[in-house]
Amino acid sequence: MSAVLVLVETDGGGATEVSRETLTFVRGLGLDVHALVVGDGPPGLVDQLGAYGVTTVHHADGDAFTSYAAAAWAAAVVAAAGDATVVTAAGTPRGNEVLAHVACRLGVTMAANVVEVESVSPLSVSRQVLGGSALEEMRLEDAVAVFSVAGHACDPAEAESHATPVVHPLDVSVPEADLRARVVRTEPGEPDESGGLKSARVVVGAGRGAGGPDGFADLLELTELLGGSLGVSRVVTSLGWRPHHEQVGQTGSRVAPDLYVACGISGAIQHWAGMSSSKTILAINTDPDAPMVTKAHYAVIGDLHEIVPAVNEELRRRSAG
Amino acid sequence: MSNVLVCIKRVPDLGGEITLTPDGLGVDDSALGHTVSPHEECAVELAIQVAKDTDGQATVLTLGSSDAVEQLRHALALGCTGAVLVEADASAYGPADVAAAIADVVRAHEAAGTTYDLVLLGNDASDTGDFQVGIRLSYLLDRPVVAGVSTLSVDGDRVVARGGAPDGGTEIFEVPLPAVLTVMEGGIEPRYPSIPGRMKAKKVQIEEVAPSGTPAGAGRVRLKLPPVQPSQVEVLGEGPEAAGAVVDLLEKLGVVR
Repeated sequence: MSAVLVLVETDGGGATEVSRETLTFVRGLGLDVHALVVGDGPPGLVDQLGAYGVTTVHHADGDAFTSYAAAAWAAAVVAAAGDATVVTAAGTPRGNEVLAHVACRLGVTMAANVVEVESVSPLSVSRQVLGGSALEEMRLEDAVAVFSVAGHACDPAEAESHATPVVHPLDVSVPEADLRARVVRTEPGEPDESGGLKSARVVVGAGRGAGGPDGFADLLELTELLGGSLGVSRVVTSLGWRPHHEQVGQTGSRVAPDLYVACGISGAIQHWAGMSSSKTILAINTDPDAPMVTKAHYAVIGDLHEIVPAVNEELRRRSAG
Repeated sequence: MSNVLVCIKRVPDLGGEITLTPDGLGVDDSALGHTVSPHEECAVELAIQVAKDTDGQATVLTLGSSDAVEQLRHALALGCTGAVLVEADASAYGPADVAAAIADVVRAHEAAGTTYDLVLLGNDASDTGDFQVGIRLSYLLDRPVVAGVSTLSVDGDRVVARGGAPDGGTEIFEVPLPAVLTVMEGGIEPRYPSIPGRMKAKKVQIEEVAPSGTPAGAGRVRLKLPPVQPSQVEVLGEGPEAAGAVVDLLEKLGVVR
């Protein structure tokens, strides 16, 4: 049986959530599922991959993989692919980058951020374009189909029957040219930069309606009262009112909180792409016809600078009572 | 001295709704303004900064219709000093075709004596989201490539590039020149055009290039929009009087601490 190879990204806990989504997604192709792990995997990873239906784990290790170089990773993917007919990874920055290198090496097309397989033979997929606001149906007609799987294309789920994977150490020869662009050092992120935003249960979003750099005090207070994070639209960062790491949207963070409070945000595609997965959306806007208002679950019509302080006041009153 | 080529793409400036063309193959942009992707705005800014810091030249390139001259002139107004239009129907070009067309221009310019230490592109175009033109270009030119760069500085015969790491930190690359870098928004603030800049931009002769060969295309079968949901919004009220209803909702959702 021919195989699908999945480049698996890992963190301290094993395969990352998006990589487990990808493994779940590709099981639908009805192919033997192989995985590639680059560098030291966390303990228990092989068993975890087996639970997701992986039958062979290729492992690339050695000096070329001690720090990240996309071209070296691509060399490992090509070495692991063997006669696989599908090569995938999660549609992360790293997944898309490595797969683009792989597509160049194999001389094939690559489809980024696939969410659905339309037909297996001939292979046709749908993928996110326009920041996820539209889908493109696309043919993949090469002998090897290379595509990344968009985050949240499916929920991660273990296979019905767990496999006991064969671990296959890869012998990859990485030429010096593949190490020209390599990480020479890393710096830790600033605490509470965007990390908190991405995992927040409540995000208070602010757009042009904030009015200026001084227009965020009430919004920050609401954020505090709800134990959430502040997220802003691109116009807010472009105008220099708030730092870029707070930006939510196509070119900022993507968030999926239980509640998104969209204050003074019209709801342009750029922003909607970053927060449309929110479970509940409450819009506060002066314009009842703004896209954000019509697409929201709940709305209050009016000036955020009048409404947000009143909400804060009411929250304080009830918590005191 | 470092010359920089920066590649941009004219894309529709989408508001809140998308309408497709009747054939379902593209976005109906007839009523829309146009712009370039935010990542490319940052790439243009970085190109201008590198050129200025090293006494080099920043040249802007696009593949598209003659309408894309608008985006080239904008980049010239910001501080690019040369512009190239590869005149073609961008929708007929897949990412490999675009990379090949850019590589042709780089080779032609270098044969004529203008070399580029850096070629900058956006990490991904805001319309097609292919995530691969810069990487494909690097293979055609046999140059190292780093994707997702937020800031960079040229240091002698190397470029130091910084980008985001999967764990939220920063990865630093030191890459020998010439190199290809794809840029992500977030590291720098793009400048606005000045009036003298706009005046100067009008006078720059744009080099027009006809692409060679027939593009293979992007394999697009059609575009699909999610079904339009009728608005389900429940309006809780108007103005500050709605505060009570809002807090009722917050309590119902269980998000009040």
